[in-house]
Amino acid sequence: MDSRLLHDLKKLLGAEGVLHRTEDLLLYEYDGSVEVARPDCVVFPRNTADVVEIVKLANRHRVPLVGRGAGTGLSGGALAREGGIITSFARMNRILEVDAENQRARVQPGVVNADLSLAVAHLGLHFAPDPSSQKACTIGGNVSENSGGPHTLAYGVTTNHVLALEAVLPGGEVVHLGSPVVDSPGYDLLGVFVGSEGTFGLATEITVRLTRLPEAVKTLLAIYDSIDDATETVAEITARGITPAACEMMDGWTIRAVEDYAHAGFPLDAAAILLIEVDGLSEVVEAEAEAVADVCKQHHARSVRVARDAAERDLLWKGRKNAFGAAGRISPSYYTQDGVIPRTKLPATLRRVGEIGRKYNLAIGNVFHAGDGNLHPIILFDERNQQQFQDAVRAADEIIECCIEFGGSITGEHGVGMEKDRLMPLLFSEADLDLMKRVRGVFNPDGLLNPGKILPNSKGCGEIYVRPQRPAAAPSA
Amino acid sequence: MSMAAPGISSGLAEIVGSANVIVDPAQLAAYRIGPCVPKAAVRPGTNREVAEIVRLSAAEKFALVPVGARTKLRLNVPPRRYDLALDMTRLDRIVAYDPDDLTLSVEPGIQLQKLADVLAKHGQFIPLAVPFLGNATVGGTIASGVDSPLRQFFGTARDYTLGMEFVTGDGQIVKSGGRVVKNVSGFDLHKLMIGSLGSLGVLTKINFRTFPAPRELRGFVAYFDSAQSAVEFRQNVAKSPLKPLALEMLSSRGAELLSSDRAEQIEPGQLRAYALASRRWAILVSYTGTEEVLKRYEHGLRQMAGTTDSVSLGKGAAAVALGRLREFIPIALESSPATVIVKASVFPARMGEILGEAESIAAESGARWAAIAHGVGAIYFALLPEARDEENGARAARAVANLRDACIRRGGNFSVAWCPAEWRGLFPKLQMGSTELQLMRKLKSVFDPSGVFASNPFAGDE
Repeated sequence: MDSRLLHDLKKLLGAEGVLHRTEDLLLYEYDGSVEVARPDCVVFPRNTADVVEIVKLANRHRVPLVGRGAGTGLSGGALAREGGIITSFARMNRILEVDAENQRARVQPGVVNADLSLAVAHLGLHFAPDPSSQKACTIGGNVSENSGGPHTLAYGVTTNHVLALEAVLPGGEVVHLGSPVVDSPGYDLLGVFVGSEGTFGLATEITVRLTRLPEAVKTLLAIYDSIDDATETVAEITARGITPAACEMMDGWTIRAVEDYAHAGFPLDAAAILLIEVDGLSEVVEAEAEAVADVCKQHHARSVRVARDAAERDLLWKGRKNAFGAAGRISPSYYTQDGVIPRTKLPATLRRVGEIGRKYNLAIGNVFHAGDGNLHPIILFDERNQQQFQDAVRAADEIIECCIEFGGSITGEHGVGMEKDRLMPLLFSEADLDLMKRVRGVFNPDGLLNPGKILPNSKGCGEIYVRPQRPAAAPSA
Repeated sequence: MSMAAPGISSGLAEIVGSANVIVDPAQLAAYRIGPCVPKAAVRPGTNREVAEIVRLSAAEKFALVPVGARTKLRLNVPPRRYDLALDMTRLDRIVAYDPDDLTLSVEPGIQLQKLADVLAKHGQFIPLAVPFLGNATVGGTIASGVDSPLRQFFGTARDYTLGMEFVTGDGQIVKSGGRVVKNVSGFDLHKLMIGSLGSLGVLTKINFRTFPAPRELRGFVAYFDSAQSAVEFRQNVAKSPLKPLALEMLSSRGAELLSSDRAEQIEPGQLRAYALASRRWAILVSYTGTEEVLKRYEHGLRQMAGTTDSVSLGKGAAAVALGRLREFIPIALESSPATVIVKASVFPARMGEILGEAESIAAESGARWAAIAHGVGAIYFALLPEARDEENGARAARAVANLRDACIRRGGNFSVAWCPAEWRGLFPKLQMGSTELQLMRKLKSVFDPSGVFASNPFAGDE
């Protein structure tokens, strides 16, 4: 990297605010996906003014710039695909303001998702989006990826909870999108910015909506001897007009992996479990829990258990939220997909996933947000076996093609990043992608910010993308 | 424009057939926007026809405005030019509806009411309880960005619109989003279309998430001596575990307006005399649930209201009251020859201060006035002058300037949503940062490079 640029960055941020030695950069070539890309340096701004200067320096030296929160992303969004500067928001991690009266908080992008909810819990409030990585991932990263989580079934994803942003555009301009009050004049710039995966600008301040904690919560664990019974239960709950706060499914393989590690009390011989949570007024929760249990039993649940207390509920959720980590314990590597399907297509899709696993002789675990049809098949492989790695990628692609065939989408919450850009033409026409590209150009005209993400560079579709020769070891997401 | 109507119509007739091209001046009057009457109106039947019309218009430099049921043409600023009305009401099909998946895809010309009837058969609905509900189309509702009392619980269209297909100014048929409830593939371009007044593209398909319809709607009305004490009640509800479907504030004069004969024509139904007809501030809370839950709400709300006068509304009355509040805008528009409706978006906890100040500003202006506010902090304030003359215009302008100050001083957003076309110039511009405005203009030129779409949401700022 240009020594002049490095010098300028150090002058701006201090020596402790810039990493550039190879051994330091190694940590930043990964995120939670199987992608790898090494930046030329990593910088740690302290405030918006620092970010503006970093952006200006990157512009002057024509060096790509990529924002990064905690690096827990699952599609390579925070990796420097074309090298350049990674801007880590680790030092911009303050909660700037909590306005309980109006149920809002203004935070810096490096605030950890769960920390915000913890900080406002005494006010009876929380930040509703709850990605499985919420103990590590940052709100800035959530904004970039429009992150979801188990409870988005009832509460919505990140975009439904962001009211305003301050962001630095790749040209160095500071903009304010949305506003802390509802409804802003003009086009919904905020709406198109959230989920743009760090390709439109670097968010430096975020105003979010805080949601009142429910009065009562009940978490049910339903145990099944057949996957079909479990998926049909999900369809029936939806059809009955019940919207649980969360409705998660794990298959037998995943249950065994998780139980060995989390000791959540999942039965080792089950074919599938559903983790269903209902919340709200105590009267609502009582009635809905009963109705849900009823549906589970009608669909041949072997047993339905209600968590007795908060401790047991937390344990069940720990099991669910650490499913990926558990996979990492039993396989050298794994590859997680994020396709979405209409809920009614769950049984057919899971059967297809099973067939694909058998075709490539790969173990595929299934853990997913059943309530909104968002799959997370976990494909296990050994990174030392290149054939197996390529097979894992092919299997993942076939699962995604199946999601599209059933009227779904290639990603529900993990983002397109550098992992699924080549799959975008399966979903979008040339005209669709061209307009997206031109809209990106409005914010990021020179393409200096997070290049090589979301939009495919070539027009070809579905060709085998050759991933880096050494895929990442399994991270503990 | 030197172009003669026959020039327009022949090209259009080739695309849609002459039966779907309107050039008769008497019929065209129905497409008037402010002072502008188009030279022709065209009724496409497919998205491809829409694309062809847009391409033809771009080539021939016709200024085009997509319209649905034409209920909200008076919203915002009239276009500078208006050659062609693109009447979307023939595109009124339900493209796909999967009740078990709670997803829906419709063409924009379908009437909300007709769609609601179809969804109701499956016990579902879309929470678009918007003004002009009886006639409005889905497309017009989305393009105009009008909101609904139900936003208290369900949010606004941006929260439950899953994807769209639209035709851009260069005649391309483009889509974004999808038809699944969770999706982060590509940029959410469809969010830009909501409230863009047809200035970025013509909607040809809109995908929604549907919801189980509320079964037992109930209402609770409490009366207050001041806006401030009404807002205190609102704050208490917000701090409670209750999650009502709607929480609507109504000003002291609003009740008069909403129980007038005109109001009853617009939104019929027996509004029990005491429900909204009070000379004080009122809050209507709408809620639903099982028998037990309804009891819990009634008890909880009564407790929060304390010694304040209040009344519970049963199923029928609750629906009528909510319906009247929903139709505040059309009722206000028809209650004066020169209605001015401003929208103030504010911090919910500060609504009391702002409404209190607004009350004195309006009193000073001498005009009749009424206001409603969605509990989330969206206030609609209507000035109802006696006449549409210069003197009343000047008085309205002073009041609006003061209202704007009151709102902006407290961190709010302010816009003049509805007013007589000739009064537009009297009112202040939108407040928007120059970089943000520049981004919006650049987006406009990306979506509509030749400027074929005549609506301009920023006209006041140019």
